[in-house]
Amino acid sequence: MRDRPLILGGLIVFLALVTFPVWYNAAAGTSSRPPQLKLPAGQKECVAPVAFMKTSHMQLLIDWREGAVRNNVRTFTAYNGKTYNVSLTNTCLDCHGVQARAGQADFCGRCHDYAGVTPKCWNCHNDRPRN
Amino acid sequence: MTRKGFLGVTGISAAVLAARKLRSVFAASGPAASPPVRWAMVIDTQKCLKKAGCIDCIAACHKVHNVPEIKDRAHEIKWVWKEPFKQAFPAQETAYTEEAYKGKPFPVLCNHCDNPPCVRVCPTKATWKREDGLVMMDWHRCIGCRYCMAACPYGSRSFNWVDPRPHLRRIDIEFPTRTKGVVEKCTFCAERLARGQAPACVQACKEQKALVFGNLADPDSDVSRLVRSRFTLRRKPGLGTNPEVYYIIG
Amino acid sequence: MFMFEQAVVGSRRYWAWVLCLLAVIGLGFLLYLQQLSYGLGITGMSRDVTWGLYIAQFTFLVGVAASAVMVVLPYYLHDYKAFGRITILGEFLAISAVTMCMLFVFVDMGQPARALNIMLYPTPNSIMFWDFVSLGGYLLLNAVIALVTLSAEHKSVPPPAWIKPVILLSIPWAISIHTVTAFLYSGLPGRSFWLTAILAPRFLASAFAAGPALLILLCMIMRRMKAFDPGPEAVRKLAVIVTYAMILNVFFLLMELFTAFYSQIPEHTEHFRYMFVGLEGHRALVGWEWASVLLAAASLLLLIVPRLRRNEKVLAAACVVTFLSLWIDKGVCLVVCGFIPSPVGAVTEYAPTLPELGITLAIWAIGCLMVTVFYKIALSVREGLAASAVH
Repeated sequence: MRDRPLILGGLIVFLALVTFPVWYNAAAGTSSRPPQLKLPAGQKECVAPVAFMKTSHMQLLIDWREGAVRNNVRTFTAYNGKTYNVSLTNTCLDCHGVQARAGQADFCGRCHDYAGVTPKCWNCHNDRPRN
Repeated sequence: MTRKGFLGVTGISAAVLAARKLRSVFAASGPAASPPVRWAMVIDTQKCLKKAGCIDCIAACHKVHNVPEIKDRAHEIKWVWKEPFKQAFPAQETAYTEEAYKGKPFPVLCNHCDNPPCVRVCPTKATWKREDGLVMMDWHRCIGCRYCMAACPYGSRSFNWVDPRPHLRRIDIEFPTRTKGVVEKCTFCAERLARGQAPACVQACKEQKALVFGNLADPDSDVSRLVRSRFTLRRKPGLGTNPEVYYIIG
Repeated sequence: MFMFEQAVVGSRRYWAWVLCLLAVIGLGFLLYLQQLSYGLGITGMSRDVTWGLYIAQFTFLVGVAASAVMVVLPYYLHDYKAFGRITILGEFLAISAVTMCMLFVFVDMGQPARALNIMLYPTPNSIMFWDFVSLGGYLLLNAVIALVTLSAEHKSVPPPAWIKPVILLSIPWAISIHTVTAFLYSGLPGRSFWLTAILAPRFLASAFAAGPALLILLCMIMRRMKAFDPGPEAVRKLAVIVTYAMILNVFFLLMELFTAFYSQIPEHTEHFRYMFVGLEGHRALVGWEWASVLLAAASLLLLIVPRLRRNEKVLAAACVVTFLSLWIDKGVCLVVCGFIPSPVGAVTEYAPTLPELGITLAIWAIGCLMVTVFYKIALSVREGLAASAVH
């Protein structure tokens, strides 16, 4: 039983490592509650239904990107028949990018922080507020 | 409706709309059934040189495209700029051209070659030639290998050696900036052409009318008439790249 | 892992050397993190000179990797027995060199996170795509060959029959990696310095001089450390290969000079003028290139005279000057001078910065570490066999 301190010590280290994410999040003050999003003022609808945007906006953005940049497809007809300019900067961020904060639009950032993802869109696309 | 179906339907309708819009923009030229388009530029250097020290085209281009002003020459980014005659047309110089054109710079930009070496070498298709002749850049895909810069015989490409944003005095929010590590160049204002507008440099040169832009595939366009009626030069024609920027010298 | 246990036991000297290399690698890694956050502006490259030390090292090292064929070919195609003991060393050198090549290309990328785009959007019209394919294939071939032949040796059994065609395939493949690397340069319309059909042959000639010269030096070092003796015949034959390849390399360079300066086409002469005498008062590389020329002359003298070449000490000196001469010519001047003057006639000079040098050094250290560990494994396997044969 001379190994007892070693075994116990190892177990403690193991437990500390396994539960590290819990401690880390507790210390960083993150919570498991979903983020509260402030919807763009004066806008009632998006280019696609909310449920679709929640799960697949990234795919839609990639399709827009490939369409506008590579195939010169600059107009998007939405599910409700409305047409939109295919542009992250000038369509999406026109509504969602107005509440500026460091790095990325507030609307986008809250969810991205919650999901722990850091998309690089804002390295180039501007979300400065417009008057 | 599945996501795939949803995107499919919207994609098709978008393509139709885009085509319709393009056609309406250039309805004046050619028959309705998608006429061939080959964008080109003619630069009347006599008109350009008349207004000494003018940099309207450069300023306009660099403003709408968020091209940074970087003091360090090594890290410079330029889409349109000016070169002395000897540098712009190295094969055309004589012992006297330097004197003749002393202090008279010539505007140079991406030639949107018909046979672009930059496109040939790009390992990811981040730069490619569109059917209407525009040599495009996809800043999302560029890996920053700079092979295109080695391939371009005109020095038309710039690389973002550093983050460009701190070097922008003001940002035009309608056009994205670039991120460090990608190559950029003139795109003949693809985003403005899509809206039916002339390139920003051409727009800026409205008074001098030294820059003429149009469809070379349309025999009645201004550019077509000019290249047929005037003697024009292209930069380094012997390389077989077929530049689509023409210069009227005399 | 495969016989890796041999790499973690060793003398104090071995560990001192390994830790020294690890320190250089660690420092280089920190500098790379800095480059990653600041951008490639941290290097000496510019809008006019868009490739510098990184790509030049890559180009030089593709040659070192390809040169493994100079020991593999005589042994496997001509059954030249004297090379039997060093083919494995050639293959391990190739693996290390190709890895360094890939690292040099990687640190040169502006957007390294998108490196996989080369595979996601394969573009057969780009030579860089083919370079990627040929280098990757070569790495794989050599890794398989080295692994299979060494483990057969470890078990004292002949290598499986299927490895022979793989080895034979690696011979033309070695030629292809350096040919394709030359094509990266020689197919660009505006860069007359590289626009020459003899670039690929010249690359191969310089590779077959520099690579075997390095191998001779490595063999000599190992013999000094009493670790391994390839036998005098193998070294002598390698020296002959270095001699012929170096003669060819210098001959090809002279042909380039004749074509440029007899035709007197400015586009073809001005890069050489920049390299040998400077342009518009800019002469940063003049000293380097003349050093390369003088070293090449010394190398030819020491190698061509048989009496000198057969003297081991002289041969060691000859290998050092050959390697240095070719490293300067290919690993410094050839890439940079292609950009000077620029296509619009600007003479912008290039000098690497300290972080750039640190990162370069670190990748060389990674190569040294790989060679050290691989050679240690290979030699330990042999030692083990010799020891068991005695008992």
